[in-house]
Amino acid sequence: MTNQTLAQASDIAVWASMVLLTVAMLAFAGHLAVTGTRARSRSTDAQATADSAVGSAEQSGSVAVLTPPEVEPAPSRRWGVIGLQVTWLATFALIAGIALRGLSVSRAPLGNMYEFAVAAAMFTLVVYSAWALRKDRLWLGLFVTLPVLLILGAAKLSWYTEASQLMPSLNSIWLVIHVSVATLSVALCVIGCALALLYLAKDRAEHKGEVPGWLAALPSSPSLERITYGIHIVAFPLWTFTLIAGAIWAEQAWGRYWGWDPKEVWTFVIWVVYAAYLHARATSGWHPRKATWLAVAGAGCILINYTIVNTFFVGWHSYSGI
Amino acid sequence: MTQTKRGPAHEPITQPRLGLVGWLRWMWRQLTSMRTALMLLMLLAVAAVPGSIWPQRSVDPPRVNEFIRNNPTLGEWLDRFGFFDVYSSPWFAAIYLLLMVSLIGCIIPRAGVHWRAMRALPPRAPRNLTRLEAHATTELSADPEVVLAATRAVLSRRRLRIRRPEEGREREVASEGGYLKETGNLVFHISLLAVIVSVAVGHLWGWRAEVILPEGETFTSQAGRYDTLQTGPWVDEGSIDPFSLRIDRLDVEFETDAGGAQFGAPRLFEATATTTAEPGAPEQERVFGVNNPLHFGGTSVYLLGNGYATVTSVTDGEGTSLGTFTTPFLPQDDNYASTGAIKIPAADPQLGFYGVFLPTLRFADAGPVSDFPGLVDPALLLGVYEGTLFPGGRPQSVYTLDTAQMEQLVTEEDELSRLLLRPGDTMELPGDRGTIVFEDVIRWGGLVVRHDPGRIPVLISSIVLLGGLITMLTVKRRRVFVRVTRPGEGGGGPGERHTGLTIAGLAKGSDPNLQDYLDRIVEDIETAVATKDTA
Repeated sequence: MTNQTLAQASDIAVWASMVLLTVAMLAFAGHLAVTGTRARSRSTDAQATADSAVGSAEQSGSVAVLTPPEVEPAPSRRWGVIGLQVTWLATFALIAGIALRGLSVSRAPLGNMYEFAVAAAMFTLVVYSAWALRKDRLWLGLFVTLPVLLILGAAKLSWYTEASQLMPSLNSIWLVIHVSVATLSVALCVIGCALALLYLAKDRAEHKGEVPGWLAALPSSPSLERITYGIHIVAFPLWTFTLIAGAIWAEQAWGRYWGWDPKEVWTFVIWVVYAAYLHARATSGWHPRKATWLAVAGAGCILINYTIVNTFFVGWHSYSGI
Repeated sequence: MTQTKRGPAHEPITQPRLGLVGWLRWMWRQLTSMRTALMLLMLLAVAAVPGSIWPQRSVDPPRVNEFIRNNPTLGEWLDRFGFFDVYSSPWFAAIYLLLMVSLIGCIIPRAGVHWRAMRALPPRAPRNLTRLEAHATTELSADPEVVLAATRAVLSRRRLRIRRPEEGREREVASEGGYLKETGNLVFHISLLAVIVSVAVGHLWGWRAEVILPEGETFTSQAGRYDTLQTGPWVDEGSIDPFSLRIDRLDVEFETDAGGAQFGAPRLFEATATTTAEPGAPEQERVFGVNNPLHFGGTSVYLLGNGYATVTSVTDGEGTSLGTFTTPFLPQDDNYASTGAIKIPAADPQLGFYGVFLPTLRFADAGPVSDFPGLVDPALLLGVYEGTLFPGGRPQSVYTLDTAQMEQLVTEEDELSRLLLRPGDTMELPGDRGTIVFEDVIRWGGLVVRHDPGRIPVLISSIVLLGGLITMLTVKRRRVFVRVTRPGEGGGGPGERHTGLTIAGLAKGSDPNLQDYLDRIVEDIETAVATKDTA
């Protein structure tokens, strides 16, 4: 039934992915450090040159010859690129880990909390990697690899489940449809939450007038806010689909499409919170800052849903293994 | 202050007041504002949470009773405020009803506005296009008329609606597109209402019933035949589909490979049944199981539970048969240690057996337990009771014995009589009261039968809802304005055909790609003009 060799290979692939992610995370941190301090020193340098130019012109009373400040080379992106490449490797390792796990049990590897968490981590990496291919997202790398490492760590330490078959109620095509879309939208919400927090941090720093180095390496706060919104308008329809697909499956498996099971309640709560976020953003008189806090709250609800609801609340969504 | 009323004459100061209509209108405005809707949404999210923390009567009534028993004070107060029936409590209903009203109050005027906007022309171009945030200018070596024609062609190819040229404004084009965004928005909100209405329909005309059916027995669907039947307020019990069903075989398998918590987890769960859709209809053999319900018209049958039933036969002291009994035992743990009662009303005095069935017997320190849910070493442990089975003729559960007027039998050694039987065993009852034979173990299937007329409407409205949602989030409502200047006017060299073109865009909501969009339109216009020139 269960191929132990493949199951072990899967575990090794996930560990390898975690090691690679750690390397990527350090590289991304280096990238932020380099580009951040350069971005700041450049702006202060330019200010200083302008000041001294004005000063000398006043002193001499003649036409000051402005020697243009030495054109500083664009801050090195080497570390970021290394980080991105290692992230791609980690993504492939994780995909391999999931595929091996699926092969070892001859089913979709989406059957217990360990497998959900790994799938969500994989989707987060895939979304980020694909995104970084099209746009410059090196600055985001640290804030994606860090939560993914935390998710994988928790999966390995707290939710690890031996590879095995599923209980009959999970044996359905809807498992693949419902869970894969759910984990994909969770992945988007993880990135969305990282972006939301970055926006809030940068916005706060800009208001104080003191932007520390690493924050200076990020895009401006309005553009961060737009990116945050952009990722959530992809995540929200996916979460809506998760809700609908879950209801269809519940109707088949349990004889009712909605029964206020704790997990259903929280899926609904998350949906409502994100709906409130999108709503708040369209409401005049609500600053995007306030609205963005709702997106952060939504991510908090996802976290509660995954950890507390899954393990402490009694309901129909009980997963084998823990 | 939309309405004022003159106060009665005896009032010293006449102040403008909101009349009843004014107040109502004010309240309506408040209720239907985006802000209120947002607050209600957040309130709804918060209000839904308690239902996941405390057990709910609608989901699991015994757990509610247990909670109240264990926490009398807290339980009483929680119960008083409806925390065990959150989703049917007045405060939860208040929130979603207000939200519905707010939704309706939002949809109706917006639908009207949208209807008019769809039929109206796009507004004229503003005087100074470069003041708009997204804009671009370019020069083209073609006549202004050619450029204008190309612009119109490009804009209508991009499905933008173009305002008719007006006198004095011949050289500008005003267009608007993306009306689908608002359509999607309205469709989303209307489908949300449709979902709620469909749920209500299912609640009013739907019913749900449960029955435990041992292998080999035939069940005919009728209101009185179910173990439990919950009907909506407007259900006619005579309209229940009269199908019949016999479980011929129930296949159940449990995990034996994996260790740890996975060991003994269910792996297969499937029933082969013979069914008839209505009395007299031809018999059909059908397989159903978890994730694969049976359907009879608008009624669906789900296999949700399973367990073991014992087949025992009992004789009295003279050897006369008192009957053969198929008795379902209810599983109490994951290894199917099950409890049940065998009642022999024909005995005199009446006899009752109460005890546990263990599919895989092991004697632990605390007593006999079951080690595995499959039938490895099945055993039946029974205590024997004598007396009146049904005191006062009150209805009672078939799974327990009411021992109020019964006494447990004792052996000759004056110990409580306990029987341990394995399939095929025959045991003497103490005091020459007869024998009990444990003939066989079979399985039973726990069936849930559900009729929900709101099911398909809910599904359809949710799919439409998703479609509306995707449309409203992806389509961009944009206005594009173009102004063309004659050669020379825009600063180009005289004599040359340098026609100036200014394009500007306005978007509803956030639209980071607007500038790109304008640049692409300009490119298209340039290509169109170039091809026209060479032609």
